[in-house]
Amino acid sequence: MGDHRARPGRLKRIAHSVGLKLIRDPAGAVVRFLERGAPGRLLLRLIRSLVRWFRSVRWRSWSFVAPALLLIGFFLVYPTVVTIARSFFGRGIDLFGPNVEFVGLTNWKYVFTSPIMLTALRNNALWAVLFTGCTVGFGLVLAVMLDRVKYEKFVKSIIFIPAAISGVGVAVIWKFVYAFRPAHIDQIGILNAIVVALGGQPVGWLLERPWVNNILLIVVGIWMWTGFCMVILSAAYKNIPKPLLEAARIDGANEWRVFRNIILPLLAPTAAVVATTMVVQVLKIFDIIYVMTNGNFDTEVIANRMYKEAFLFNNYGRSSAIAVVLLILVVPFMIMNIRRFAKQEGGR
Amino acid sequence: MNRRKLIAKTPLHVTILVFAAIWIIPTLGLLITSFRDPTNIAGTGWWTVFPKLFSGGQYSLENYIGVLSGQSLGQSFLNSLIISVPATAISTFIASFAAFGFAWMRFNGRKVLFMLVVGLMVIPLQMTFIPVLPIYKKLQLAGTFPGIWLAHTAYGLPLTTYLVHNFMAGIPKDLFDSASIDGASPFMTFWRIVIPISVPALASVFIFQFLWIWNDLLVALIYLSARPNVAPLTLSIANLVTNRGQDWELLTAAAFVSMALPLVVFFSLQRYFVRGILAGSVKG
Repeated sequence: MGDHRARPGRLKRIAHSVGLKLIRDPAGAVVRFLERGAPGRLLLRLIRSLVRWFRSVRWRSWSFVAPALLLIGFFLVYPTVVTIARSFFGRGIDLFGPNVEFVGLTNWKYVFTSPIMLTALRNNALWAVLFTGCTVGFGLVLAVMLDRVKYEKFVKSIIFIPAAISGVGVAVIWKFVYAFRPAHIDQIGILNAIVVALGGQPVGWLLERPWVNNILLIVVGIWMWTGFCMVILSAAYKNIPKPLLEAARIDGANEWRVFRNIILPLLAPTAAVVATTMVVQVLKIFDIIYVMTNGNFDTEVIANRMYKEAFLFNNYGRSSAIAVVLLILVVPFMIMNIRRFAKQEGGR
Repeated sequence: MNRRKLIAKTPLHVTILVFAAIWIIPTLGLLITSFRDPTNIAGTGWWTVFPKLFSGGQYSLENYIGVLSGQSLGQSFLNSLIISVPATAISTFIASFAAFGFAWMRFNGRKVLFMLVVGLMVIPLQMTFIPVLPIYKKLQLAGTFPGIWLAHTAYGLPLTTYLVHNFMAGIPKDLFDSASIDGASPFMTFWRIVIPISVPALASVFIFQFLWIWNDLLVALIYLSARPNVAPLTLSIANLVTNRGQDWELLTAAAFVSMALPLVVFFSLQRYFVRGILAGSVKG
């Protein structure tokens, strides 16, 4: 190979001879032209560093992650930025369309002062406490108890079934459990049937505001998610070396103390992870509410309100602000996940 | 000794029994009701079938025929399949590429970008609808299957990428070294070595994602509610509850139609399903 400049081709020799440097070496000609002035030299340096960067990028590595990043960028990152901005603008849907004037904190004032949003915020707080406490608590108790019986697998399957079906299906199941009919005819909902059998009056459970109906909706959520917590906590429980528990029992500790002083501390990290998953889950709770009460009778929650404001009342600015509330509530858990990941990565 | 043990364990068995009862009775009520005659459903509680549980004549498939044809839930069932199978396949496919890239390729910004992915796992989807919907309308993607495939793929990517990444990061490095000595390109290594040994992990992720999409109401509500003929089961049933809220013969049968496939998947592939859950939550 080597020195083909010393024997230029026929066409190139002609080009050279007539002095058409631009044809022979256009890039070189441009470079020499640019080098004559200071701005040109600056531009040249910029282009060179761009080219160097372009070459240094590992395109083959990028090609693996590019499709995922493009989709995530368009469907998650871009909308998040726009929605945050939209929370300060009017009710129109299109950022560059009509009715999208700057309204300052108007939407935000609605979020934190309107009665319906205060109800929603209160309900989400109630959900967060009761739902998380019960799902993790029941999950823990079931994990430990079921380990001691022979029919463990069977009961586990039963408890876990609701986690596999849709929120809509679960909502229908429980709407039927809570069904209400006047006192003079037979009840077809099992909860009222039990109440009547015990000599009480039938109750319109989902209309009993604000505590009964909200708590009964939370029961539905707990029923749906306890199995999920149980499976994870059970796996963690089975990882505890059994001789450890046996040793404590031989030393005279009763079952409660074994649970309190050994099992609980060892399961605490897993329980914490499960609890954060549940909190995140419950902040976004939507399906059950949408199907069972649609947020009526004081059962409104943030996610359902966000849906209504946008897609029923066409107030997209206000709806954006409500969505941002959800984001703000979730941000601590995002940071927690990232930290946990960074730690895990550091250990690798 | 044995008797004392039995007595000591009685509270345990009773507590478990109570839990099991609370978890099975609501679903059982739905199942029995869905096979009962509409007049019986409205007249008496479903538990009244128990004294003569197995005597025929009180059960029929009427309600199912009613919802599948009359309420066109048959079409919705198909729609649910048409939505969830391709969406799951596409997202698992793209996620496995991305997971490999993040786990084994070196490039600038790899760590930061992966942390972004991890952070986005829990982002409320509510943050994304309002800006995407007008673009969807302009591109005429709203109310179409490709539109919802893309949306579900993107929404599922952070979690699926993370789950597959966790698995792929654990593959021994020697495997790649020997492959690169043999002159295999990264793509070949990925396709011929990494994908085959990741099949169990990919199966877990696939099942997990499939059930998530099958059970989804919110995303369908946003992107598909403009056109009823593409509605999945969840959306149709939610509408049924709104319009025919007291017709329990329809609602119970409809709910059971939507539950049937997840239950089959769950009972036949329980192992993978549980593994998927464990990978997602306790790793690290």
